[in-house]
Parts: sequence; C-alpha cells; structure tokens
Amino acid sequence: MIAALAFILSGCGEPFLSALQPAGEVAQRQYNLMVLSAVVMVVVIIVVSIVYSIAITKFRRSKVGEDVIPKQVEGSHTLEILWTVIPIILVLVLAVPTVAVTFALADTAEMEEVDEEGNRTALVVDVRANLYWWEFNYPDQGIVTAQDLVVPTDQNVYFNVIASDVKHSFWIPAVGGKIDTNVDNMNTFYLNFDSGSAEQVDNLFYGKCAELCGPSHALMDFKVQTLSSEDFDEWVAAMQEAGEEESEPANDAIARGEEVFGPDGQACIQCHAVSPTSGAGTSQGPNLATFGERSYVAGILDNRDGEDSREENIKNWIRNADKLKPGNTMGAYNEDDLSDEDLDALTEYLMSLKVYTE
Amino acid sequence: MSTVAQKQGFLAVLWDYLTTVDHKKIAILYLASGGFFFLVGGIEAMIIRIQLAVPDNNFVSAGLYNEILTMHGTTMIFLAAMPLLFAFMNAVVPLQIGARDVAFPFLNSLGFWLFFFGGIFLNLSWFLGGAPDAGWTSYASLSITSEGHGIDFYVLGLQISGAGTLIAGINFLVTIINMRAPGMTYMRMPLFTWSTFVASALILFAFPPLTVGLFLMMFDRMFGANFFDVSMGGNTIIWEHLFWIFGHPEVYILILPAFGIFSEIFATFSRKRLFGYAAMVFATVLIGFLGFMVWAHHMFTVGLGPTANAIFAVATMAIAVPTGVKIFNWMLTMWGGSIVFTTPMLYAVAFIPSFTAGGVTGVMLASAAADYQYHDTYFVVAHFHYVIVGGVVLGLLAGTHFYWPKMFGTMLNEFLGKITFWLFLIGFHATFFVQHFLGLMGMPRRIWKFLDGQGLNLFNLISTIGAVFMAVAVLVLVYNIIITQIKNVRVGNDPWGDGRTLEWAIASPPPFYNFKQLPLVRGLDPYWIEKMEGNTKMTPAEPVGDIHMPNNSFIPFVMSLGLFIAAFGAMYQVDWRASDGESFVWAIPVLIIGMLITIGSMAVRSLKDDHGYHIHKEDLLNDDEGGRD
Repeated sequence: MIAALAFILSGCGEPFLSALQPAGEVAQRQYNLMVLSAVVMVVVIIVVSIVYSIAITKFRRSKVGEDVIPKQVEGSHTLEILWTVIPIILVLVLAVPTVAVTFALADTAEMEEVDEEGNRTALVVDVRANLYWWEFNYPDQGIVTAQDLVVPTDQNVYFNVIASDVKHSFWIPAVGGKIDTNVDNMNTFYLNFDSGSAEQVDNLFYGKCAELCGPSHALMDFKVQTLSSEDFDEWVAAMQEAGEEESEPANDAIARGEEVFGPDGQACIQCHAVSPTSGAGTSQGPNLATFGERSYVAGILDNRDGEDSREENIKNWIRNADKLKPGNTMGAYNEDDLSDEDLDALTEYLMSLKVYTE
Repeated sequence: MSTVAQKQGFLAVLWDYLTTVDHKKIAILYLASGGFFFLVGGIEAMIIRIQLAVPDNNFVSAGLYNEILTMHGTTMIFLAAMPLLFAFMNAVVPLQIGARDVAFPFLNSLGFWLFFFGGIFLNLSWFLGGAPDAGWTSYASLSITSEGHGIDFYVLGLQISGAGTLIAGINFLVTIINMRAPGMTYMRMPLFTWSTFVASALILFAFPPLTVGLFLMMFDRMFGANFFDVSMGGNTIIWEHLFWIFGHPEVYILILPAFGIFSEIFATFSRKRLFGYAAMVFATVLIGFLGFMVWAHHMFTVGLGPTANAIFAVATMAIAVPTGVKIFNWMLTMWGGSIVFTTPMLYAVAFIPSFTAGGVTGVMLASAAADYQYHDTYFVVAHFHYVIVGGVVLGLLAGTHFYWPKMFGTMLNEFLGKITFWLFLIGFHATFFVQHFLGLMGMPRRIWKFLDGQGLNLFNLISTIGAVFMAVAVLVLVYNIIITQIKNVRVGNDPWGDGRTLEWAIASPPPFYNFKQLPLVRGLDPYWIEKMEGNTKMTPAEPVGDIHMPNNSFIPFVMSLGLFIAAFGAMYQVDWRASDGESFVWAIPVLIIGMLITIGSMAVRSLKDDHGYHIHKEDLLNDDEGGRD
C-alpha cells in the first residue's frame, strides 16, 4: 500500500516544484514522514468507513420498521477503551519518528566545524528576503548574488535566513521544507540537493516565498541553480575574480548602457550593485552582477528560450515593473523617464553582465 | 402581557428587536446578521476562486486580492461562524436546561450589539479607503507597515465585536451553572449544552490574549507605540504567540458547539440515546483543555527550535485521541438505531467522513518536520476548510434545518433542503480535496495568482468549479428560507417526532417566558423519558405562579453605538496628527463623544433601577396556547 500511495503521489506536480518528488535528503525524510502519516491515516479512514457504511445501511428506519424503539444503549466500556487505546498506539507510531526527524533536521552543528587553517568546512549561505526579491550572500567566499541561488549538489548547504522589511518564508518545495525569514532574528537550517534529481530538472529548482508579505507575495519567486562540487568551486572562483577586476565595455552600446545605469544616467546603481563582491546585506535592490546569465528576470519572466526572450523580458520588466510585480519598490520607467534608445543600450549592458557563462 | 399575540406594525417590530432581551429574539438577530455576513464572506470566497481559476489571471488586482482574502477569513470566523453558533446557543440552550432565559438578559443583548457594530465597522472599511490586507492572522511585521486604515478597521472592529463575544461567553457559563431546571444535573445535560459550556469557558480564556494583542497593535498603529517595531526594540513573534494562543482555542470554540448539534441530531434521528454519553462529555472537556496546549503548531517554521516543535507536535497529536472517541461514539449511536435521513441527519451523516478527513490531515500537520513542507501551503488551506466547512458549516446548516421549526414555528422544505445538501457536499469536496495536492505540489497559500507551467492549472480549475456548486447550494437555501417563511405552515412542539430533549417539550416557537412551570428532569433525554412512559408533557416541578421578567432596553444598542462612533475618532486622529491639526479636526471630539455615549449609557444602566415586571398567574392560566403569534 505504501508503494501504491507513493506511486500515485509521485504523479503529482512538476519535479522542479513538487514536494511529492523529493530531490534531496531533507525533502526525502519529510516525504517519508508524510507517507507514514498518510498510511496510518488511510488505515483510520478505512476502519471508520467500514463501521460507518454498515451503520447507515443496516439500521435505516425503512429496514428496521417504522415503529421500532431501539434499545437505549448507554455505552460499552470495552469498545470505548478499545478506540482510545488503538489511536494512542497509532499516534505513538507517528510521534516517535516525528520527534526524531524534527531534531535531526535542526542539527546544524556542522556549521561550526573548521579545518586546520580555521576555515569553515561547510558551505554557508546568508539569505536575506526583501519585498519581493532574495539576496544570497556567501560570507566565507566573499561573494553575493540575488534571485538565482547557486549551490553544489550532494552536500549539506547551511542557510542563515533573515528578512529586511517584513516577514517572508524561504521555501524550495522539491528540496525541503520552509523556514521563516523573521525580521527579529536569524534562523538557521540546512538542505541537501541531490545530483540525480537535479539532472532531471536541468539543474533548476523553483523557490517560493511562503508567508504573506504584500501585494506581490505570489510573485516573490526565486530559482535554484545546482552545480557539481567542482563546477561550484569554479563558479565561486569566477565570482571572486569578477569582483576584483574592472571589466571594459565590449562595445559602444554597452558603454552607453553603463552610463544610463550609472550615477549620471538613471542612477540604477544606487540600489543595484554590479560587482559580485559588494552590497551584501545592505543593498536596496538585487545585485545584478550575474544578471545576463539568470534563468529568469525578476524571478517570474522566463529567459530560457534564448537571448531574444531575455532582451524582451528585461525591457518588459523595466517598462512595466509596477504591473508585473505590484507594490515592488523599483517602480516602472516609461518613455518619459527613459527613452527607447537608452532602454536598448541599458538592456545591452544588463545582458552583458555575466560572470560564469560566455 | 398578552399583547404579543397582536399583529404589530413594521416599526413596532423593529423597535422590539432593537430593545429585546429575550434569548429567542436575540437568537434570531444573531442568525440574521450571521447569515448576512456568511453571504458576504461567501461572495469574497467566490472572487478568490474566480481569480485562481486560471493561471496568471487579472480578475482582481494584487492589493484588492489581499484585502478580499483577509476579509473572507476574518468575516467567516468572527462575523459568520461564531454568531451563527451563538444563534443556536441562544435559541436552544436555555430551553434545553429548562430555564426561562439566560442569566443576564441585558448582557445578552449587549453582547449581540457589540458584535453587530464591530462587524459593521470592520466591513465599512470597503467603502472608506480599503479593507485590511494582512490576512486574518494579521502578522505584525506586515500589518504595522500596511498603509491606509485597513488594519485599523481590523483592530478596532475585532476589539468591539470581541468584547461582545466575551460577554456572551460569560453569560452562557453563568446560565448553564445556575439556571438549570430541577433535576437537570451536569451529567444529564444534553451534549449541545455541554459543548456550549466548554466553548464558553474557552472564550473566557482565549479572548483576553486576542484583546491584549489587539490593544498592543492599536497602540502601535494609532498612538505611536513600538511593541512590534523591531527597529525600536519591539518583537513581532509576540504577536504570533498572542494571536495563536487565542487562535487555536478559537477553532475549538467553533467546532465544539457543532459537535454538540451533531450529537443531538444523531441521537434524535437514530431514535437512540447518545452512545457513551459520559465519554463524550469527557472528550469534549479534554479537547477544550488540550486546545490551549498546542498553539505553537501554527508556528513550526518560525524557528522556535526542535524542542518546542517536538513538544507541541506530540501535544497536538494527542488531541486526535478524544476526537477519535467522539467519531466512534457517533457511529455507535447510529449502530442498532432506527435511522431516518432527514436533511439535518444527512448533514450529520456527511459530517463524519468529511470531518474525519480534516482530522487526519490535522494529525499529519502535527508532525512538525513534515509540517515544514505543509505550512502556509494549500495543504493547510484544504485542512482547515475540511474541519471548518466539513465540521462547523455542515453543523450550522444541519442546525438551521433542525432548529428552524423551534425558532420560527415552521419547517424548512425538506426537498429543497436535500438539494442544498447534495450540491453543497459535492461542491465542498470538489473545492477542497484537490487543494491538499496543490499544496504538496508547491502552491503557497494566500497567493494572488499562480503562473502557467507549474503544473497547478487543472486542480485550481476543479477547485473553482466546486466552489460554484457551493454557491448554488447556498442560493437554494436562501430560496428555501424565503418560500418557507411565506408559506408559514405552523408546526407543533415536536415536529421531527423523535425529539428527546426539553426544547421539544415546549411550543414552537416557545412563549416569551418559555416554561410556564419549570419542568422536572428525571434523567438524560428528559422528554424522551416522559414520552416512553406515555406522557405528552413534562411533569412540572412547581405550581403555576407569577413569573419575573426583565424589561426590554435600548441601552445595549446605545452603549455599542458609542464605541462604534468612538472607533472612528480613534482611527482618524492619526490623520489629524499627521496633518499637524490641519484636517480631521473632528476626530478627537468624535472619539470623546463616542466614549461619553458609552460611559453615559453605562451610568444610566447603573444608576437607574430596573426591576423588570411580573407576569401574573391569572394571565398565564389564560395563555394556554403558549403565546404563539
């Protein structure tokens, strides 16, 4: 029955989003608990259904006779003890693994472990949730990104999560349960991204905000890009390197776009850092250092059809940000704010912001 | 006072209801206003389902959607479900225990008018700049930054109506403790009275934390305090605790009276006494007690740590045990009985599998580590609609059909009732069953829209179609009520034929003084006992004598109106201060005038003796028809 149930459930939802297709150790343990509790509960429902069905078919007035006065039974101690004790046992069957897994998933002791040089061995990501975007800071690596979380597969990744405005909640359904990003305090937990499952979804999982945070709560999505350990190390190195050197604009359009972006143009740079090593924990808008290689614009506009769709999405976002994500703090830029030529140049520039891919 | 029998003009009737202290008329007031808010909350629900019928829909805007979802939850819990339960408590409990009225008829009226004005105030937000938009839970970080007056309407409206609820709860506690007829011991009280008693005790202990939370938020938003402002040393998690210390018992405040209604219905339409009565009473009390020990299961993902989460997980699972006892006792009540499927019985029978489904997902949610996945998703939405619609609303619909003849003296149409039942039941399961899966498939709750390509389209569409069924069912019910009242076919004491408890021993509707002579109660199901011994009436416990009655009073209405007026002043003085006294200069005077009206009417009530009046023995003897109108 467990197998049958698991099979039915796994047909549900998309593998990049569904908690029913666990893609890591944490999600798997939670899924196992779900299946265990579901099976226990299905047993209860079956027992209830049988007693219930017999009762409502066998004892209809049309069957027992119109004028029959049934025996006025007070109760039965045996039966009542029976249906008190059996549920207690069923609850214990569920309670013991629940407590065990609850403690296991809260175990973040590995975060404190260091190697001989005193460097932390585990990967730690500081997550900062904002109206309606996510910042991912890698404090030990000295790099920061936004909207696209990049993680290595098959190892525990530890998260420190906090919110900078109102409460949000950090959730990657396929990989594990959520944890709230409070405004009051830092919360800590870990996830583990399974490489096999990641392959099935082209190394891209969906992340969501799970706590009502304002008009665009529904659209506060982020994406999780998974890399093998080696690729992840390369990515970190590329990010660190990009943070050290000033890159020259490749052509005039990009140079013009950089001006528009800069303090003498639209001053986008006041809120958006473009260096992968700056602005962590303080910036007012998402870091754009890797904007040209993100899977989505603003977490909701899919770029994966190619560079044309990316260009279209970026322009759509800049012109209509207020409609695409109502209540977001950037607002839209219409033709009066930003001419079409400047928008073209700005888009060119934004698309050139790449660190890892060519 | 035989004037009741005369035909009255509209204004006279209106005045009668504005001033009444009769529990039966207050029940009708609760039923009418609770029913109205139920329709309002239902319209809000339909807008939610239309918006989520297809991906990337723009039927309503994002901000408006959040207002609608907030008002749907707040309205349904505070302004529909609770008042409708109070309607049945008022209509039935004094009769079930053989009392002439509740212990404090004046307070009963005050409780109603406070609820009513609080509810109206809250809903006026739609016309005065926008409704609250932070969810019915109104978590502090979002609600203190919410712009406009929406959250102020929430805070002040709930504060006023919450006071009414608290008053009503205390009134029922005192009534049930003190007003029982001779022979009506605690362990002879019908289950509906028992569950009202326990729910009232829960109100007494659960509403003060809400009141405290609302006061803190009121001072934060309107008077410059910083209880929840982290940058000023406040803490938002405190709100979550206060809210859920209220909020979880609130769930039991709703479901226990529904359990009570179902217990009466099962026994009546199975012609059999409730199986395991003592265990049922004990389970009710135990659920009420445990209900206060489990609030943090709403906060598993807040980061309270594994120890707290584990403790609250196990405590929550423990509630499954007494609830399971109840389910089995209901089934065994039917077992060996003589079941007739009237409309109320259909609801009761459908309640068992529906509520069991909601109960088992409750146990699943209690598993803390797994709840990290369920929390704040449509799985939770499905769960609490299964317990609240599958438990409380089915209970209210059952109670409406079951007690309608006792309240109005005429029976709702059974055929239309069964149409409503089937449409509602099918619609309910179609709407909410698939939502379990939506949640597990990664759909967070309270989202304005979902995007295409995430595998969520089909189930959302099914859910919306189900909601249409429920809406049609409610329309049929409304039609049924209208047509029934127009036909107005009068019925006798015991229209279902199998009544067991005291309320069926008295005319439908009962005379305004209830029992001419207090009945003598000789056991559980006292009317059934008399019927089985061939008696058509209860044995009186006293000779016919003068009956002391309270006078009607307009003071509760005025007292509540004062707070309603003061709330506008409290709210708009924020704008007055923000404008440096330039605009809204009327705000502070309005606040003061409103408070003076309330305090003044309290003073009048305290200083002016109102001794009530007596119905004389001779009038009672002449009034054999029982004062039917």
